[in-house]
Amino acid sequence: MMTTRRTFAELAATITTHPLAFTMARVLMLVALSMVMLSVLLLSTGHDVMAALSAMVRGAFGSYYAITSATIVRMVPLALAGLAVSVAFRAGLLNIGAEGQLLMGAAAATALSGALTGVPWFLGIPAILVAGALAGGSWAAIAGALRLRFGVLEVISTIMLNFVALYITGWLVRGPLQEPTGINPQSATLVPELQMPVLLSGTRLHAGVVVVILVAVGVWWWLGRTASGFRLRAVGATATAAASAGRINVPRTMFGAFLVSGLLAGLAGAVEYSGITYALYENFSPGYGYTAIAVALLARLHPLGVLATALLFGALEAGANAMQRDAGVPSVVVSVVEALLILLVLAADRTHRSRADESGT
Amino acid sequence: MTSAPTGDVVLSLDGITHTFGTVPALQQATLQLRAGSVHALLGENGAGKTTLMRVVFGLVRAQQGVMHWRGKPVTVRSPSDALALGIGMVHQHFTLVPGMTVAENIALGGHGLFHPTRAAERVRAVAHTAGLTLDPHARVQDLSVGAQQRCEIVKALARHVTVLILDEPTAVLAPAEATELLRWLRGYANAGNAVVLITHKLRDALEVADDITVLHRGRTVLATAVRDTDQARVTSAMLGGAPPPCADHALGDANHTPPTTGAVVLSLHQIQVRDANGVDRVRSATLQVRAGEIVGIGAVEGAGQHELLRVLAGRLPPTSGTCSIPDTVGFVPEDRHRDALLLDAPLAENLALSGASVRRGLMDWDQLRTQTATLLQRFDVRAAGHEARARTLSGGNQQKFVLGRELEGAHEALVVENPSRGLDFVATTAVHRALRAARDAGMAVVVYSSDLDEVLQLADRVFAMHHGTLVPSEKDRDILGGLMLSGADAPVADRTT
Repeated sequence: MMTTRRTFAELAATITTHPLAFTMARVLMLVALSMVMLSVLLLSTGHDVMAALSAMVRGAFGSYYAITSATIVRMVPLALAGLAVSVAFRAGLLNIGAEGQLLMGAAAATALSGALTGVPWFLGIPAILVAGALAGGSWAAIAGALRLRFGVLEVISTIMLNFVALYITGWLVRGPLQEPTGINPQSATLVPELQMPVLLSGTRLHAGVVVVILVAVGVWWWLGRTASGFRLRAVGATATAAASAGRINVPRTMFGAFLVSGLLAGLAGAVEYSGITYALYENFSPGYGYTAIAVALLARLHPLGVLATALLFGALEAGANAMQRDAGVPSVVVSVVEALLILLVLAADRTHRSRADESGT
Repeated sequence: MTSAPTGDVVLSLDGITHTFGTVPALQQATLQLRAGSVHALLGENGAGKTTLMRVVFGLVRAQQGVMHWRGKPVTVRSPSDALALGIGMVHQHFTLVPGMTVAENIALGGHGLFHPTRAAERVRAVAHTAGLTLDPHARVQDLSVGAQQRCEIVKALARHVTVLILDEPTAVLAPAEATELLRWLRGYANAGNAVVLITHKLRDALEVADDITVLHRGRTVLATAVRDTDQARVTSAMLGGAPPPCADHALGDANHTPPTTGAVVLSLHQIQVRDANGVDRVRSATLQVRAGEIVGIGAVEGAGQHELLRVLAGRLPPTSGTCSIPDTVGFVPEDRHRDALLLDAPLAENLALSGASVRRGLMDWDQLRTQTATLLQRFDVRAAGHEARARTLSGGNQQKFVLGRELEGAHEALVVENPSRGLDFVATTAVHRALRAARDAGMAVVVYSSDLDEVLQLADRVFAMHHGTLVPSEKDRDILGGLMLSGADAPVADRTT
């Protein structure tokens, strides 16, 4: 147990100490690398590589509509959940529960929006977002309390809570939040006044993208420039030194990190609900909370880097759908590529790390 | 005690050269190890001692040079190669699994099936043959540092090693334990084995070793039998030919300070500290530390000094008793890597750590960077500027940085635990000078060191901690040592000869 935790802390520390420019360069390299890996995979399974790749690129970037309504729209929840994961990981906490926190955020947003008929949009939409964030934060607080009060590892508790959240969602859309006709297992459609404004008419690009950018800059500024953000990073880097040399209240800082992480994941759920789906249903999230871990790790937990890696993953997933539709290649191929990318990046970090260790001796 | 073995050379290193990045760690280093000998490998921090032994143990592949084992050239690619030849190494930071028992730790790295009873029997047998006390069923995390070290030694012996390399083995031990270890090493060598002792402690080296190799900046600058040399020559070789460090490092300068009449800064009255397991770590401690004095504490491992220092530093609330301490007390803990530094963070962030709990609002990084640069200069910390990561500094520079940071952050009181742990002469001298300067500037300073001589050198007044009880002592090695080992009931008079 100790060993795992320590290794993770080291990993998080390495990841956090690289500047943004480096992250950006890396993302570009990753794009190239993922294309190569995808080609190899397609070749070895006997697909027409050029046809598949071009379908994919067209699906992600081929048109104004593809960029705005497929790629960027997918980037929004990935980036918000990715920021959630980054904040937790930077505090040395393995929050694997962004998925559950996102679902609880969406559920709370759905529940509240039912009571908001007649409320003007400029009050209603912020209320929905705040409700989602608070619900996500509360859901993460359960894992935080379990960790700090009883020493339950958050890796375990957050995964478990993901299942609880999933089944609660399933029950809600068949019970209290089911649409009035009671036929489909989903909530009523969100009234148009409370839907996120569309930024470009004729597309699905909604104001959530602005929220994401503001939140990413905000998290970046908070971690880098404020005293509480610094405390969070210090605890994540070496908790014992933070407690001894900094006299930082480690449990309180960790609990704060759980809360903020959950808030961000919950916000992702609320934004997705009022920006894209307009309804809650069982498969509300296609695993955004899990992909977010990859998004955060590839960005080396840098809040602005998360925007870039979320865009990459948004494009990959938008492209995957188009590839399946137009070239008949199963979209799960892209999941394989995503997983390979993460493994490569983690392996590269480890190698980098052990070299640094050796030269330090 | 030193015999003069004329054993054959078992291990010979010639022209070992290795560069980390652009930093040359070893340049044509040589070493000849004879059977039946204890061989002291000396040198300042960063002289390449540990690296040279890591080459022998297969942890570092030297870029140049040859190694002969019993006359034949060999290539050691990994620790398993080294162990197969019969070379074992006990690292400065132990490589034991805390949650496992002694027997399980020793069985690790073996082959085939694990039989708990057989493994325990084997450990008992190896330990018995070697004359070491070790309970095979004890969990490593519950063992004292001395016992963990014995576990490491038995782990090596269980692999039938005939050459044992120990990296700073006495650094973590209480004086009695250290003496015991050195005596054991002597016996082990006399049985036809060989020992390489990496150490800073000249006294240990001269007392126990047969041969000495001194490295300076990666080069072998002295290789001799102990009986053919003396302390002055070895010291000068370690410093690269420079004269021995200034007189304030030597013993016996203790009488120059008159007793202070400064105000009481730190005050403890009948403090008790009970740990999470309900064990009384500190049973009774009453202490007043005045501005402008250094109070030294002598204690053997686990006597409660760890907790006492943290109470004094305001890092640990006592279970009972009253204490009066300033809001900010500078604290230099013995484990820098664990308790004082964010190794992968820039120095400016490490500086910002001090006082981080009470900081509000925004971080003024510009100011913090300037402060860091000033600190580096004032305390002579060799680092590539305020953006350098703490990990890239040598141990001595890390310690100077931590001490500087704590002195800048607190103006009334400073608590220091093992100030020179792992430091070389030069760095130790610098740290001692800084501590005295803090005292002279009117701070109340408390120093604990596992090295009794260091306590006596630095302190104006000394206390001994024995089994959780703090008792005042005279500034005398024998009296303090007696109180540490036996408490206030010690027949002190008999010990002062």
